[in-house]
Amino acid sequence: MAPFVFKPFHEMSESDYAEIGFKSGLEIHQQLLTSKKLFCRCPAGHYSDHYDAEILRHMRPTLSELGEYDGTALMEFKTKKEIIYQIRHETVCTYEMDDTPPFELNEEALDIALEIAMLYGCTMVDEIHIARKQYLDGSIPTGFQRTTIAGVEGSIPYKNRRIQIIQLGLEEDACREVSDVGHRRVYITDRLGMPLIESVTGPDMRTPQEVADVAEILRRLVRSTGRVRTGIGAARQDVNVSVTGGTRIEIKGVPRIPHVPLLTYNEAMRQYNLLRLRDELHTRGITPETFSAGVDDVTRVLRKTRFKPIHDALADGQTIRCVVLKGFQGLLRWKTQTDTYFSREISDRVRVISCLTTLPNIIHSDSMGETIAASEWQAVRKAVGAGDSDTAVLVWGRMDDAVSGASEIMIRAREATIGIPSETRQALRDGTNGFERILPGPDRMYPDTDMPPKRVTPERLDRLRARIPEFIWDRETWYASLGLPPDVIRPLAISPHAELFRTLVRDEGVPAMIAGEALTRWLKKLNRSLRQPVRIDPETLRGILVACATGRLTRDGVYPALHQAATTRHWDTSQLPSPVAPDSLSGRIETAIRNAESRRGLDDRDRLRRYVTGQVMLELRGRIPGKAVAEAVKRIEDGRAS
Amino acid sequence: MSDSYKGYRGEALAALQNFQAMIWSDVTIRTAQGEYTGIILPRSETADPLHVVIKLRSGYNIGISASRIEDIRIAGRKEAHYKIPEKAFPYDPKKVRVKLLGTGGTIASRLDYRTGAVIPAFSPGELYGSVPELADICNLETEKLYGVFSENMGPEQWIGTAQAIGHEIEKGIHGIVIGHGTDTMHHTAAILSFMVQNSPVPIVMVGSQRSSDRPSSDAALNLMHSVKTAAESDIAEVMVCMFGPTSDAYGLLHRGTRVRKMHSSYRSTFRTIGDIPIAMVSRDTITPLRQDYMHRRKDRNVTVNTAFDEKVAIVYYYPNMKPDIIDSLIDNDYHGIIIAGTGLGHVNKPLYPALRRAHEKGIAVYMTVQTLWGYVQMYVYDTGRDIMELGVVPAANMLPEVAYVKLGWALGQSRDLAEVRRIMLTPVAGEITEREPSNGYLIFQGGIPEVEEFISRYRK
Repeated sequence: MAPFVFKPFHEMSESDYAEIGFKSGLEIHQQLLTSKKLFCRCPAGHYSDHYDAEILRHMRPTLSELGEYDGTALMEFKTKKEIIYQIRHETVCTYEMDDTPPFELNEEALDIALEIAMLYGCTMVDEIHIARKQYLDGSIPTGFQRTTIAGVEGSIPYKNRRIQIIQLGLEEDACREVSDVGHRRVYITDRLGMPLIESVTGPDMRTPQEVADVAEILRRLVRSTGRVRTGIGAARQDVNVSVTGGTRIEIKGVPRIPHVPLLTYNEAMRQYNLLRLRDELHTRGITPETFSAGVDDVTRVLRKTRFKPIHDALADGQTIRCVVLKGFQGLLRWKTQTDTYFSREISDRVRVISCLTTLPNIIHSDSMGETIAASEWQAVRKAVGAGDSDTAVLVWGRMDDAVSGASEIMIRAREATIGIPSETRQALRDGTNGFERILPGPDRMYPDTDMPPKRVTPERLDRLRARIPEFIWDRETWYASLGLPPDVIRPLAISPHAELFRTLVRDEGVPAMIAGEALTRWLKKLNRSLRQPVRIDPETLRGILVACATGRLTRDGVYPALHQAATTRHWDTSQLPSPVAPDSLSGRIETAIRNAESRRGLDDRDRLRRYVTGQVMLELRGRIPGKAVAEAVKRIEDGRAS
Repeated sequence: MSDSYKGYRGEALAALQNFQAMIWSDVTIRTAQGEYTGIILPRSETADPLHVVIKLRSGYNIGISASRIEDIRIAGRKEAHYKIPEKAFPYDPKKVRVKLLGTGGTIASRLDYRTGAVIPAFSPGELYGSVPELADICNLETEKLYGVFSENMGPEQWIGTAQAIGHEIEKGIHGIVIGHGTDTMHHTAAILSFMVQNSPVPIVMVGSQRSSDRPSSDAALNLMHSVKTAAESDIAEVMVCMFGPTSDAYGLLHRGTRVRKMHSSYRSTFRTIGDIPIAMVSRDTITPLRQDYMHRRKDRNVTVNTAFDEKVAIVYYYPNMKPDIIDSLIDNDYHGIIIAGTGLGHVNKPLYPALRRAHEKGIAVYMTVQTLWGYVQMYVYDTGRDIMELGVVPAANMLPEVAYVKLGWALGQSRDLAEVRRIMLTPVAGEITEREPSNGYLIFQGGIPEVEEFISRYRK
């Protein structure tokens, strides 16, 4: 079979993805709408870049419960980062700073997690155990995230199959990264400790578009409870991707669902190309066993270089190391992702693990671009004994970092002979992804000895089951059968007013179109015109729409009534204007016609009638249907003319 | 209960036994609601008898109600071997010998499945495995004296530790570190200051506020600071070495008789009271903050005096205290009482007859202040003079816990009240100071603009 040729993004078909064995799963993190944080009583959702003080910490790996060190933990330890936390008195207490043990779990947050687990049809957990999930990147000052499982083995429908929900977790949110330069990483702590849920799907998606579709369904499904946060950063997804023969790779923190397809496409391409790179290495006789590389100090050889990054490094007293990768000639130019090459995999490792964050942090002899002079390359190659079939890679920095950088170059190059290293990768703006850290495994889990297990009683589950919303897909089917347009159906299905809509339409006789538009488009329009989220209590909404159904208010009177309700204190439906009967209009219409007759341009009778109708409606909007006014105007005007 | 079902009882034990699903079995548990797959874990003995705990493939643990279990299928077994990787502590002939004496605490620890809590782990190999930086400082030897939590330390352990220190010094050790739980570290530091006098080498007490099973633990840095102090410092006293700020920045060396744990959980919990610390210690340097400390010597002339009388109590005075509190100590044949009085050292009038009775029975009664900072001064108010008349002796600025262990030590040497008084009021290791420097009492209050400015500029 001819080798598969990776096509441009827009040309890839379902069968192309099937051919490479594309598989993808999601981990969706969604903040919950609670007033307080998960394990302390700090306010949740107060964001600010202002801070009052800083704390410095380092992280060290510890053993897992089963007595093993986690790979990521060891990697983060190698980086020797100083972690700085910016803290604000109002949003952070001694708990988040890991100077006080946790307080009781936020029950409101647990209720929401249990509710959503049941919404997924999960098998529920009878006794929750808080675990510590290690994060040695410093994103949580304790070095671990407190997390627990509320339910396992649920599913949601998609196309003609079901997407598995492996588990639903409840956990505390981490810090926001401010900067990460050299050996110093800075975090701001306002978001730290806020409750969020993590929904983990099976690797059940077969194309990049399916991944985005399922992410969107899950986002909307949890939104339909009305108990989750919305807005920037409130929901973030990690995407797991693999291809046949590849490795499960996690792309972390994808901020927007529309970015998902291109990111997963590029990751599939990367894995496919890395597997081909491995084949090429094996063809060249380079295997994990035969892999050979050496390191030399070439600081003196390059002491007169004009290549600016190295020139500056030398001026700063830094060291240059040269790694010779035996038999790698040309392979650092091996394409991995769109406009991205294998050298990037190496550069990323050096950046993250050796803290050489100023780019370029490596140059290599396969490069087509301008680096050091050809004569300098020759001198370097000679000094380190590199042959024509070898690739020389230079790395520079302070002694420790240069040594560690050289070692990472060899580690990553050797990994290419094995396949695709298990990593978490970060989503980049151009749709490609970069190395973030070694993929953590179950070894980073540790029971939280600060918190006893907590029983979830059947009574509690019964209470929560009663408040689970209808499925959005059931709602959407019903809305469609009512003839609602798609731009009303989609927002209404996840609206907090969806239940109200059902009562209004089923029990109160409100026309579906009016109720649907009012609860979506018109409220949205009102939000925009008032420039703030509108809060009208459900009872008032009901009153206005029922008034419309009973003829007390006309359709075009609904929006003004909503406006009044939103802007007037102590407003209720008793303040709606009284309806006007068509036979009481004659006086108004006669006057309007007289006024109109003195105006120019209304000599045409149709235009006159429309003008008069408009004038009367200005005064009576909402109290009588426009059609009734138009008919009365026509009758009276006809009478006058005859 | 057998170890095969460790920690399980009642309904949960019955369910496991029914399917012969022992702990560490890799199982799929079926219930009417669905299935769960994972490894059966031991259960904490204090947890309820209703749930079976499994570790899911994802590493999470969950509890399943035993009453819902319909079937358990066993696929295999995976037992955990929790062990800190042991690596032989490297020996370097150019480096000095430091001894780490372990009494307990979370400075090095591992998980205890029985209680779900952490238990101490401790050996040079384990320590080297978890804090390899120690080998850059010295040749470390360890000896586990006890494995008790801080609250279980008492006279028996104090005496044993003092004797062990004496032996090590005689054998020529260059410095001593004592691993200890933090709750009563200041009690032990004080009594060791009295029991081990004239030490030629540093004696450094250390612990951790966050156990070493946590990535952000202060244990490793505290260990490095304390081992560095023992190996390199010129300060031959009993000291407590713990975090200065909550940041991973530097440790403080506190004099053993002036230090106190001041916060239930903060890393920077230990503070020198009524004075300034002896020194700051970072991974690179030791910076003395004062010069009046005992200097390191070459000789081995240490004095170990482990006398101790256990019949001593602290009475923390509160308004409306009834004399029966004092009476019960008298009736139970106590030999000494330390009062932590209000303000300058006061108690209410109804206690007077009881205090008189104590004095008449030959009980040594000393007054300290519950304000912690400041001196007892019983001349300022009549109340104070009245109380002294009753035989209550003001103990200057000795901290209540320090006065407590010192009185036990003094009564261990003599029951003669005059001799006890001489011992009590003669400073041995800085427990009474002649003066309180003006920077000896600094408790900054948050919110004040200049304090906020300060903490915005310096890491907490």
